Amino acid sequence: MAVAEEIPAGLKAPFDRLRRARQAHALLAILLLLASLASLTVGATDVTLWQVAAKMARGEAPSHLERVVLFDVRLPRLALGIAVGAALAVSGAVMQGLFRNPLADPGLVGISAGAGLGAISAIVLGGLLPATLAGLAGTYLVPLAAVLSSWCVTLLLYRVSTRRGQTSVATMLLAGIALGALSGALSGLLIYRADDQQLRDLTFWSLGSLGGASWTKVAAAIPLISAALALSFCLGRGLNALALGEATAAHIGIPVQRLKACAILAAAGATGAAVAVSGGIGFVGIVVPHLLRLATGPDHRMLLPNAALLGATLLVLADMASRTVISPAELPIGIVTAIVGAPVFLWILLRRRGLVDL
Amino acid sequence: MGCGARAVVLGVFVAATSLVGAAATQQAAPAARTKPDVLAIGGSVTEIVYALGEGDRLIARDSTSTYPPEAAALPDVGYMRALSSEGVLSVGPELIISEDGAGPPEVLDVLQAASVDWITIPDDFTAEGIRKKISAVGAALDVSEKADALSAKVGGELAEVAERAAAHDGAPRRVLFILSLQGGRILASGTNTAANGIIGLAGAVNAIDAFEGYKPLTDEAVNESAPDVILMMDRGGDHGASDDALFAMPALVTTPAARTRAVIRMDGLYLLGFGPRTAQAAAELNRRLYGS
Repeated sequence: MAVAEEIPAGLKAPFDRLRRARQAHALLAILLLLASLASLTVGATDVTLWQVAAKMARGEAPSHLERVVLFDVRLPRLALGIAVGAALAVSGAVMQGLFRNPLADPGLVGISAGAGLGAISAIVLGGLLPATLAGLAGTYLVPLAAVLSSWCVTLLLYRVSTRRGQTSVATMLLAGIALGALSGALSGLLIYRADDQQLRDLTFWSLGSLGGASWTKVAAAIPLISAALALSFCLGRGLNALALGEATAAHIGIPVQRLKACAILAAAGATGAAVAVSGGIGFVGIVVPHLLRLATGPDHRMLLPNAALLGATLLVLADMASRTVISPAELPIGIVTAIVGAPVFLWILLRRRGLVDL
Repeated sequence: MGCGARAVVLGVFVAATSLVGAAATQQAAPAARTKPDVLAIGGSVTEIVYALGEGDRLIARDSTSTYPPEAAALPDVGYMRALSSEGVLSVGPELIISEDGAGPPEVLDVLQAASVDWITIPDDFTAEGIRKKISAVGAALDVSEKADALSAKVGGELAEVAERAAAHDGAPRRVLFILSLQGGRILASGTNTAANGIIGLAGAVNAIDAFEGYKPLTDEAVNESAPDVILMMDRGGDHGASDDALFAMPALVTTPAARTRAVIRMDGLYLLGFGPRTAQAAAELNRRLYGS
């Protein structure tokens, strides 16, 4: 990477930070690998990765139960956990870079609420679709609706806050709050219309879970999330420049409008897909980039991939907790991330205000 | 790593997960059956299994299965609508008998892939529905003769209740079933619910017939429905509203029920389960509505 030339010689600190960020990169990748292996080994049933691997190495076929638990239950769950964790953390980091506000996240500008509205519409109104269409959409109906409605909300947000090619971040923030409230209200209307069973489905959906993981869901979510992440990773330099202010960024040759459009597109795509397959999982998008900025500095070129790794690791670990704490039953993962994330978030807030010195 | 390299890594990851997924779809022969190996999901199904004398075949239950007390000693696989596929597999069931509405659907798919037999017992909030449930559970457990006997016994009790239910003098009493009083709003039961069914079996009428399912009601609608009696679930201790607080609610203060302070509280699963104890529950409700 051409980082070294951009930093004036004699400034030692940025180099240290960069080295630390690179070390963090490797460390986080190792952590994710370890968490993934652990996640394939820990669970309610007595099946471990080692046991199956040893069997296969001896040339024996794993038992039917081992195959189902490992390949139909734990592996799609792991894949979904990695994808959703990375998507939430990266879209949080992208939104925070875009708004130049470390407290921004897709939840703040109504994108999560918009995705939620789509998913809830699919759950409640899915039955009204002609049978052929509903059958065609099948498992893809909920994710599809969530992504479409998060695009719609984002597009609307963009149109409302852009005048003559200039996007006002303040207007976008306020419009986002309004659109989030509107999405919430429409969701409420649908919830009112929902029957008893749908209500209970919605309650559990809103608490978040990777419990419904399946290869169909993996196939529905991962291409979209991968595309959004790949787009995000290309925005690092632009978001760094944006931190200096839009005018400065434009002066040093950053296409600011295109950068903003890409950032919104990436964050909305990743959030929509993540919300659709996993429901409401809070605090990953806001806490992960924060922790990384504290540890390795604000350079988005490192922050974004590191956020993907740390977000994925945290969600894989949270999912392990959610399915083992009260096994054989399961705790919704949104509860786990909120219980762990909310105190960390509070600590960050207090620390920023100088109220605690830790 | 540049953008290209990352894209390649992502691509390899997607491809690897898809390949493993495809490899995982092969089938194997199910293991031989050993007792106990039945998982009961749904309070009424569990009750029926015990009433058939087959309780020792259960290895686990869901969180709605709270009766009889022996059931509580079994491992709990969680709420029936939020089951965990690995949690269910970990208790090692060969047969799952479940009430309607267990899920999520992805979990059912995985269990099907794991060659676990899954039998769903349809919900039906009528006397005939209970007998059908008993027969279905009996067939699933391969004890149809026992099921026929239980069904005949429960059928007799239900016929007795029906007779009593028809015997009261004057107009049937209007009953308002309140599911919850969260935030001072009344969540009432409309038609096509277990509450509606039991009110009918007890010889009364549901005061709310304008909608299906459970909905929050406005104060005016509650007044308009003019219930003679309020029916609620007994949640034990002081969790439910006290009678004073209940009848002081603006929604209820002018109703006939408030004038006579008529409120009946009964155990939720007993009252709404539509299982083998429903005839007793309906008889008790009838007695408490009309006096004996």
